Amino acid sequence: MAGTLAEKVWDAHVVRRAEGEPDLLYVDLHLLHEVTSPQAFDGLRAEGRRVRRPDLTLATEDHNVPTTPGPITDPVSRIQVETLRRNCAEFGVRLYPMGDAEQGIVHVVGPQLGLSQPGMTIVCGDSHTSTHGAFGALAFGIGTSEVEHVLATQSLPLAPFRTMAVNVEGALPPGVTAKDVVLAVIARLGTGGGQGYVIEYRGSAIRALSMEARMTVCNMSIEAGARAGMVAPDETTFAYLQGRPKVPAGADWDAAVAAWRELRSDDGARFDATVDIDAATLTPFVTWGTNPGQGARLGASVPDPDLIPDDGEKLAARKALEYMGLAAGTPLREIAVDTVFVGSCTNGRIEDLRAAAEVIRGRTVADGVRMLVVPGSARVRLQAESEGLDRVFTAAGAEWRLPGCSMCLGMNPDQLAPGERSASTSNRNFEGRQGKGGRTHLVSPLVAAATAVRGRLSSPADLEPVTEEVP
Amino acid sequence: MEPFTTHTGIGVPLRRSNVDTDQIIPAVYLKRVTRDGFEDGLFAAWRADHTFILNNPAYAAGSVLVAGADFGTGSSREHAVWALMNYGFRVVISSRFADIFRGNSGKAGLLTAKAAQDDVELLWKYLENNPGESVTVDLPSRTITAGDIVAPFEVDDYTRWRLLEGLDDIGLTLRHEPDIAAYEQRRPAWKPTVDTPS
Repeated sequence: MAGTLAEKVWDAHVVRRAEGEPDLLYVDLHLLHEVTSPQAFDGLRAEGRRVRRPDLTLATEDHNVPTTPGPITDPVSRIQVETLRRNCAEFGVRLYPMGDAEQGIVHVVGPQLGLSQPGMTIVCGDSHTSTHGAFGALAFGIGTSEVEHVLATQSLPLAPFRTMAVNVEGALPPGVTAKDVVLAVIARLGTGGGQGYVIEYRGSAIRALSMEARMTVCNMSIEAGARAGMVAPDETTFAYLQGRPKVPAGADWDAAVAAWRELRSDDGARFDATVDIDAATLTPFVTWGTNPGQGARLGASVPDPDLIPDDGEKLAARKALEYMGLAAGTPLREIAVDTVFVGSCTNGRIEDLRAAAEVIRGRTVADGVRMLVVPGSARVRLQAESEGLDRVFTAAGAEWRLPGCSMCLGMNPDQLAPGERSASTSNRNFEGRQGKGGRTHLVSPLVAAATAVRGRLSSPADLEPVTEEVP
Repeated sequence: MEPFTTHTGIGVPLRRSNVDTDQIIPAVYLKRVTRDGFEDGLFAAWRADHTFILNNPAYAAGSVLVAGADFGTGSSREHAVWALMNYGFRVVISSRFADIFRGNSGKAGLLTAKAAQDDVELLWKYLENNPGESVTVDLPSRTITAGDIVAPFEVDDYTRWRLLEGLDDIGLTLRHEPDIAAYEQRRPAWKPTVDTPS
């Protein structure tokens, strides 16, 4: 029978199937960080259990780490990181700590090592685990009880998902990025439209994306409520993977690629839902509200809640505008920001930094605006520095930081003050997400950089050309 | 996990949709390494507002939260479930729950009762007009009762069974350890592994 990509990966991992019970699925890779794991390790200790497969388990420090040099000053954050170190040492789990060359945001680290491969099941106590679906893996976030379950059994009982095809056909106009694609998808689906689904992103516009861009798209699947997002592996995937430290070589590479080529939805496979998007109609997209579904084209204005037909959404929009301090009808391009954040598991990879640097090169960050550039990993930071991107940012007046989750969720000192407004390449504009009372507009790296220059939400096309010769 | 059969407690009408887990507990409260003490962070930003529902003494001891659609979206933090439970909630009623939140609740023993939006509206009106009144949530019959309101709710059979029995998921899975070992024998040798510390 014709099957979808998600169903094929699922079926290949069924350890046990029984009537009236969820399938027990094997987990190929379990990623850990300091926030959602301590109680799971405690649970193992309480029951005298061990980690079944330390060789399929990898930990990194990312959520709490400071992005300026020096130790963690917040004692509670420090205890959480130290707890992870103790737990990893006790249970024999590899940890990439602050300062290690392999440290970084968990969803940047897995792919860059080549640990995230097509057809795998990948879990982590973090909802943005959907990122790894860009490789054609079934990757999803889990809670701490499930983290403990996977540590103990390397498997998870899972209720079946439904499947959704999101077809993006055509060519993206210049200046329109993966971030704009996924923000438009979320605006279309709403924050709950993907609930119960695994999304497969398909179509020529998706095929044309780089691996890093596909990661940006899959990363935000959760913001539409979907547990996972996937892209079928292709030559772009194989080219990205080949030669990375954890990718098979020689005859094993051939065997792996042969298996990976089978990982596509069959012609005639049935999806439970389908969404079609015409790539040519997309433009830079930004959010105006307090959930990622409350977004609009950059060229639009803040919507009028009274014109929203659905009562629940009308109320939500009213509350959002009140929190965001915005008036209906204000052109989005007139919204002034205090802070620009470039980074996160959504847009903290080298291509994102290159894109932002290209816009900011030869320009300066507007007066009164602070711009933080936080690489997704130590390797991304080194690569960027070898290309001179750090100097492009600092010459423009931006701050070049150490890797971590940083202002995406403000567990470290990188936070918005109450009432401060950001243009952020991260993934969530929830109330208080970037700091109590902070106001977040989600944007692409291109829009972030242009906004830093103009001080108001902008695309690169809004900027005056750089006239001086740039070294 | 404590078994769950029937619970009766003060109902709290929360007229908000899209209550994400950052609202249930902001990230700065996630730094504890235990499963308790998270009640301080529950709805921290909203509780600073004196008009917030839990600041009304009639609702402050609530244990059944009646919320708008898409409850628990966003971050996978199970701390959201712990914060609700640490505060005293045993049940959340909504017309739609985010997947991960619902899964986490089932593991930790918080019942997520999925009810029709019309019934949620009836419960809101009843609880707003009768502050401090109770709601009874009966898991065996999958029924919500409050005043004259009797409404059905959905919960999947497997979660219902585990909640009724108070079963530990890991213990259940470990009964099938030979199946896990057999699967491991079948895995392709080229699948990646992590360099474990020596």
